[in-house]
Amino acid sequence: MIIGLYNDWVVVVLMMIGLYIVIAHGNLIKKIVGLAIFQTSVFILYISMAKVEGGSAPILAEGIKQFSNPLPHVLILTAIVVGVATTALGLALVIRINEAYGSIEEEDIQHLDNQTQDETELQATEGEQS
Amino acid sequence: MISHLPVLQVIVPLMAAPICLLLKRSQLVWLFSLFASAIAFIISVLLLQQVMTSGVISYELGGWEAPWGIEYRIDQLNAFLLLIISGVSTVVLIAAQTSIEKEIPKEKHTLFYILYLLSLTGMLGIVSTGDAFNVFVFLEISSLSAYALIALGQDRRALWASYQYLIMGTIGATFILIGIGLMYQMTGTLNMQDLSQRLPDVAQTRTVFTAFAFVIVGVCLKLALFPLHLWLPNAYTYAPSIVTAFFAATATKVAIYLLIRFTFTVFGLSFSFTTLPLQELFLLLGLTGIFVASSAAIYQKNVKHVFAYSSIAQVGYIVVGFSTSTITGLTATLLHLFNHALMKSAIFLALGAVVYRLGNVQLSSFNGLGRQMPLTMAAIVIGGLSLIGVPLTVGFVSKWYLLTALLEKGWWPVAILILLGSLLAVIYVWRIVEAAYFKKPLAGSVPVKEAPLFFLIPIWLLITANIYFGIDSRLSLKVASAAAQSLLGVSP
Repeated sequence: MIIGLYNDWVVVVLMMIGLYIVIAHGNLIKKIVGLAIFQTSVFILYISMAKVEGGSAPILAEGIKQFSNPLPHVLILTAIVVGVATTALGLALVIRINEAYGSIEEEDIQHLDNQTQDETELQATEGEQS
Repeated sequence: MISHLPVLQVIVPLMAAPICLLLKRSQLVWLFSLFASAIAFIISVLLLQQVMTSGVISYELGGWEAPWGIEYRIDQLNAFLLLIISGVSTVVLIAAQTSIEKEIPKEKHTLFYILYLLSLTGMLGIVSTGDAFNVFVFLEISSLSAYALIALGQDRRALWASYQYLIMGTIGATFILIGIGLMYQMTGTLNMQDLSQRLPDVAQTRTVFTAFAFVIVGVCLKLALFPLHLWLPNAYTYAPSIVTAFFAATATKVAIYLLIRFTFTVFGLSFSFTTLPLQELFLLLGLTGIFVASSAAIYQKNVKHVFAYSSIAQVGYIVVGFSTSTITGLTATLLHLFNHALMKSAIFLALGAVVYRLGNVQLSSFNGLGRQMPLTMAAIVIGGLSLIGVPLTVGFVSKWYLLTALLEKGWWPVAILILLGSLLAVIYVWRIVEAAYFKKPLAGSVPVKEAPLFFLIPIWLLITANIYFGIDSRLSLKVASAAAQSLLGVSP
């Protein structure tokens, strides 16, 4: 049971580690790392479902009768590209956030945002009174 | 040419995007994007005509036969959604150049249009394709460009909103990917039609239940169903005005399309609604969403926030209609997709005009605007009345059908709650009307002129459509009910 579903266990454990990092960590780069781990677990899920026991690589040659399903590999190539693009965009955003806020900690950013909100509201009420 | 329309629908904006790079001047890029989007709109009109007269169109990409190759499949529902997306995109683009001149630095104008076209490509692709994995690819094309578009906002909070949307959106999309993978594991196919035939044989397995749960949660994250809506208000508020007008009308609609497609076509009505308690769940979440989001809208000080929360509430109405799973309920849902796109894009464009003149959309800045920008404010009022569901606007038509569907089912307590929810809309719309027409301008504020023509044309095009379809709803109703009937497998 445990050994037979070895790949699935790895997938689930990685998935939970990834999601946990995204939720629990306040550091924006760590969140992106968590997201990448989460996505990687899905890649492994796809690739392990393609494996046929005793099957070789899907090459048309003599002596090869049984081979693994190549389709999930191709699908996951696309998903890897998407994952890389997401990570790159996320990191680019973190750089911009660091320039704008001077911090990459969720708490600091939320604190700074609350301040800006209070200021705009204060200005608005002052304008109404005067 | 005509037989290649389904793929041209997606290819035209996709190819137009890199060509923008070659046209350096931002005016030129704007005209070109408008042209590409208009062509996409014309194609969608032709497709809708073709579908309504001769039935489902199936297009084999690259000539590979359906279950193996990727199939583009256009039925009434797809054609209807394609029309909404490309139509809104074209109308909103008319105002784009004027608006971004004030909101986005000049060197980024070309990039803005490229991202816009890519996002449009993604949405059109999600709707046209009949292949489950292709959905994921297009979903990511539209989402990645959406994150970048939102980050173009002036305020630094736009960056933070975009980052949060990126995290939530990626989790949602990856959930959908897991669901599709599990379905493939059980059936060995990715084609939606093929899936719908093969899934019933293996329906009673835990893998299929898990696949269904992953897909539904992923899609609900994308469509901002309460309580998965947290990314939406800030993303809509701090994005550039044009982006908000485009996304508010289309992005959540595409996700709702996916929800409908997966529950009704891929998994099938009996599996989604009988085996699993999806009906009760969506009814409950939809109603809670209406009340929580509408109440939140009342307390917002930024008018873009008000309407962003109102969008979440409208998703609630759409999901309640969906949960009835009757033809009338589904017709109401589809009608509301169309109608909500009309009202929200008009309202957010009008807010864009206010940003153009005043530089912000705080509620207190609206004081006295009714005299200074009469046409823009009138548009917001008509859009607001439509949100409430006043007769002669489209909002009334879809609410009417929703109530009829609920009463048909005998769910009168739900019908009463829907009416109460509309009363909350009266309050948040009234706060804006009160500020614009009954309050004096702030002391020391400079009087502003009416919005420029390039704003007024698209806003009033949408408002006129709003009133036209509110009075004569035959056309939209015909398409919506045909789509609902084909989804529930009843021949019209």
